[in-house]
Amino acid sequence: MEVGATVDSELVRGLVPDVLAGLIRRGADFARAEDAVQEALIAALDGWPTSPPDDPRAWLSTVAWRRFVDTTRSEAARRSREERVGARAPAGVARSSDDTLELYALCAHPALTPSSAVALTLRAVGGLTTRQIADAYLVPESTMAQRIARAKRVIADTGFAGPGDLGTMMHTLYLVFNEGYAGDVDLAAEAIRLTRQLSAMVDEPEVRGLLALMLLHHARQPARIVDGRLVPLDEQDRSRWDRAAIAEGVVILTAALERDRLGPYQAQAAIAALHADAERADETDWTQIVEWYDELRRFGDHPIVLLNRAVAVGEAHGPDAGLVALDAVAPTVPRRAAVAARLHERRGDLDLAAGLYEEAATAAPNELERAHQLKQASRVHAQLRRS
Amino acid sequence: MKYLMLKHYRGAPEAVNDHPMHEWSPDEIDAHIRYMDEFADRLRESGEYVGGEALAPEGMWVRYDGEGRPPKTDGPFAETKDLIAGWMIIDVDSEERAIELAGELSAAPGFGGRPIHEWLELRPFFTRLESVTEA
Repeated sequence: MEVGATVDSELVRGLVPDVLAGLIRRGADFARAEDAVQEALIAALDGWPTSPPDDPRAWLSTVAWRRFVDTTRSEAARRSREERVGARAPAGVARSSDDTLELYALCAHPALTPSSAVALTLRAVGGLTTRQIADAYLVPESTMAQRIARAKRVIADTGFAGPGDLGTMMHTLYLVFNEGYAGDVDLAAEAIRLTRQLSAMVDEPEVRGLLALMLLHHARQPARIVDGRLVPLDEQDRSRWDRAAIAEGVVILTAALERDRLGPYQAQAAIAALHADAERADETDWTQIVEWYDELRRFGDHPIVLLNRAVAVGEAHGPDAGLVALDAVAPTVPRRAAVAARLHERRGDLDLAAGLYEEAATAAPNELERAHQLKQASRVHAQLRRS
Repeated sequence: MKYLMLKHYRGAPEAVNDHPMHEWSPDEIDAHIRYMDEFADRLRESGEYVGGEALAPEGMWVRYDGEGRPPKTDGPFAETKDLIAGWMIIDVDSEERAIELAGELSAAPGFGGRPIHEWLELRPFFTRLESVTEA
């Protein structure tokens, strides 16, 4: 069956963390409960197109609970134990968003590797099937199933205490967002959905900042890749930007900044908002962007921050100043050659620029950027031949 | 991030324990194959395995030979310098982990039951374009 063809899969997915939290409240352990919810989800995607339930949430809860009890019973039987977990269901406990928040924290447990946290979050909180996650990350379904099973074992061994680390939750969602569009799932849109949900549960400016950052970058996507080509920011057709997403991002960011508890996601969102604010590339307020990069540096001199700051300095104060700023960036930092090439080209040093564009093509981490940098090299070489 | 681990029949720098396979004892050959299988199983279990195959040593070269003509074939050439024996794709969290795994694979036992210490080629895949690259 094509997922989402007849079932509102986003509606189903939205119910998943709630249903899972419900099972855990009734005494189920996380690992088995999560498996049971996944099975119920697959049954729903399979059966609902022909016989939709009146109450989807109740249907999922019932089926998942039954699966959980069945599994536990057969396991108990296998081990010749007389466990009847089904009997100890304290029903009727009020739903609370705290439970869902706890699930977010569990799935992004600091003991997990980033790829495990991502996989578990997408399944247990995002309500995606193992196959969808496997397709999105281009690995076999069995590998993804193992990754998730292993993650659950790590959590079971480590245990879970306390309110959870909001930092790893946000980082996990950021990683999902950065994976972009893949397979039949728009991971960027999924990350936005989950961050929106997280943002509704915790009153924290940085989570709002992350949501704003995602919205503002997602808004540019239609103009960023056109006919399979990467279009750099200054050449993008800004009429293709999603103005509604930008407006929402700006509102969320503004409210977050007023709380006066700046964090790196808010600062990055502020930079994205300044780009969104410019109707044409040459109207960009680069001076203010440099100031935001200086704010961002207070949270750590991350190499990418320094590199992007050099771009901003180059635009605000000229290529010489940009090159001075670039001195702070180690030669091994990805995309450094691309930035250097552009700055040298603007200074008029075409020989150097051509070589650096070639270097940038060799160092490119993906095909789109490689093709883009090769075209830059080719363009500058042609200019050199003419002169 | 995905990496391709390439095993070479020819073309890699010389291994420490470098003996052609036909000089190994049958048990040593079995032990080698078992090691490779168990290595792949461990990666399946850890959720890092993407795929892998071994390749026949003899193939051919093929190229387009113009409109309306069949593709041109040539070879195999005994003198081909670079001959790939097999590949495995892994999906790991870091370059360090990829290196660690390649090191483990290279420790597969060979002649005399000792590790081959063979050089494996480790190549990163292109990633997808991230959602955030310029800010």
